[in-house]
Amino acid sequence: MTVSALMTRTRDAVLPPFEEIVAEHGPVVKRVCRALLGPADAADAWSETFLSALEAYPKLRPGSRIRAWLVTIAHRKAIDQRRGTARRPQPAGDLPEIPAADAASAGESSMDDDLRAALDALPPKQRGAVIYRYLADLSYAEVGELLESSATAARRSAADGIASLREQFSKGAKR
Amino acid sequence: MSDKQIIDRLTNAFTDVASDGLHSRLAALAERQGLLDVSYRTVDSPLGLLLLAATGEGLVRVAFNCEDHDAVLAGLANDISPRILRTPRRLDEAAHQLDEYFAGKRRAFNVPVDLRLAHGFRRSVLEHLRRIPYGVTQSYAAVARAAGNPSAVRAAASACSHNPIPLVVPCHRVVRSDGTTGEYLGGPEAKRALLAMEAAAA
Repeated sequence: MTVSALMTRTRDAVLPPFEEIVAEHGPVVKRVCRALLGPADAADAWSETFLSALEAYPKLRPGSRIRAWLVTIAHRKAIDQRRGTARRPQPAGDLPEIPAADAASAGESSMDDDLRAALDALPPKQRGAVIYRYLADLSYAEVGELLESSATAARRSAADGIASLREQFSKGAKR
Repeated sequence: MSDKQIIDRLTNAFTDVASDGLHSRLAALAERQGLLDVSYRTVDSPLGLLLLAATGEGLVRVAFNCEDHDAVLAGLANDISPRILRTPRRLDEAAHQLDEYFAGKRRAFNVPVDLRLAHGFRRSVLEHLRRIPYGVTQSYAAVARAAGNPSAVRAAASACSHNPIPLVVPCHRVVRSDGTTGEYLGGPEAKRALLAMEAAAA
């Protein structure tokens, strides 16, 4: 199921106010963005994800798996950012600044840095599978779709990724 | 280290519970890009917590606590657009004027209103209500006449009791010909309190 397959032109459907979507799924999307990108880029990716979602939202079919939909958008935003093709943040203007505390707090945690380095070192499919299965709590079927493979392959990638992280952390602990 | 420990460690490392201004940034971006169809906030009042909602055109809904704000927002998502975010900024002025009104310092509201939730005769009634001055009451019969249909007294009463923008569109100033207060979205006691407040200040 692709994002476009979730869309429908009908308007008779009843969707909850978008605010509910942000309140319910904002923290998960933030966790995913932070795992995919550094803290500063994660804030941009979070905003871009929800902005894109807001734009498409009126055409979303009710009953869609909202979390999988949002994580799919975040996945694409992160790919854009990593390629450096993301829309650059618009001139600050009257926009509220992201408080420095957000960027700073992530820097404080060296565990955060170690984990990101370990995650980043994984092959892309393993990294994606670990993040989408365990941090976003998507099903293996959803992870498989997101990574353009199968549920079986996603399950294997997630297991391999976790095994690899475990190995690295065991090594790191000995150092 | 077990798989579960690895997963817990990952989850903890990337979970940030701090409130960080992301939401207000999203709202500002959405507004700038024309993606914010309805914004809302709540405001405290002597009549309880009020929900204020606005479109780009103006104040579109004022809801009393007894109406169930979640249900009201769900209704707006259905009737106007689900692109709804809590964004105080667009409603600061309306909230401020309501504060002044309840403090007895304001007699007329000067904020744009969007009457799209009322149609036909009901809308004519609301447009007339906006011209009833502070501290003055009118009968439903007089309102029906002023709105262009003297025989539609019951419809005028219904338009008042379904007014989507109470307080700002002062349906509380319309009373029964026998002097009793009649129905009100916020309850008859709220209506009596408003009339007493305006009578005292007028």
